Amino acid sequence: MQEEEVVRRQRERARIMAWLLGAFVVLLFFITLAKIGLGT
Amino acid sequence: MTDTAALPADWRDILALTKPRVMSLVVFTGLCGMLAAPQLPPLALGFTAILCIALGAGACGALNQWYEVELDAKMRRTASRPLPAGRMDRQSALHFGVGLGAFSVLLMGLAANWLSAALLAASILFYVLVYTVWLKPRTPQNIVIGGAAGAFPALIGWAAATGEIGALPLLLFALVFLWTPPHFWALSLFVRSDYAAAGIPMMPVVAGSQSTRRQIFWYSLPMAAVAVAPWPLGLTGPLYGLATSALSLVFVVLAAAVLANRATEPSQMAPEKRLFGYSVLYLFAVFGVLVADRWIAW
Repeated sequence: MQEEEVVRRQRERARIMAWLLGAFVVLLFFITLAKIGLGT
Repeated sequence: MTDTAALPADWRDILALTKPRVMSLVVFTGLCGMLAAPQLPPLALGFTAILCIALGAGACGALNQWYEVELDAKMRRTASRPLPAGRMDRQSALHFGVGLGAFSVLLMGLAANWLSAALLAASILFYVLVYTVWLKPRTPQNIVIGGAAGAFPALIGWAAATGEIGALPLLLFALVFLWTPPHFWALSLFVRSDYAAAGIPMMPVVAGSQSTRRQIFWYSLPMAAVAVAPWPLGLTGPLYGLATSALSLVFVVLAAAVLANRATEPSQMAPEKRLFGYSVLYLFAVFGVLVADRWIAW
């Protein structure tokens, strides 16, 4: 039971981390575009 | 007891560690500081700056809960938080808080500017080291000086947009600084037994309810003056001036009602609860009308 819960939580956290990392990459892309636009 | 701390923490508990409700007020004041500035950054950079303010506030919440786990366990209001309830281990909270804080400062520096990053770093360090570790367990003035930590976001938002600090954001800083004692002391009056049980020297525990009520009232006067000051100084228009005058007058009247109350039982502290609720609304309203004044009326 405990092991199942550990795996479930690990999967859930891994999924959230994947989404956050993806969002961070997109954010960095837009930051770069904005910085280029500002000429900095 | 199930050894829940041995489980990887649930994401909801990690989110709770960041104190999302406190974060919402911090994000709002930071956003208003940015929107009140004479120039706006590009959308991506402005969004990132606000995100960094939110992450910095989350780091403060996590580190505060990491440090105060024993105190939180003694107070009814905080006993169900992830750490005192045993749903998360302390080490994870510490790593999360430090990592989040460092990440927010670095990202702020790279995306906005290093002045706002330095202010963000200063606010995190001030909240964790000066307020949580040093002042809170030692002095009833903890909220007075610690209030500076919560006053930073408007300054950071402005600095992220302009790269400098002006008179208006300094007045906003002073407003939140002077707003904090009446706000927290109103709360601490009706949860006094919680603070006493945890041994935290909040003003009502150390100086008594009447002294706290007097100080709430006296703090509300300079707070109201600072709130209205940007108008006569020519930093805002009449929309802000008139709205803030009315909002501040209500605040002072509610503080006077607290001053007149003699109750010692929380069930009879309706004026204190009213002031506490209104104080949150007040800050949202003053900052909201500041932005409205900047973008609509002036």
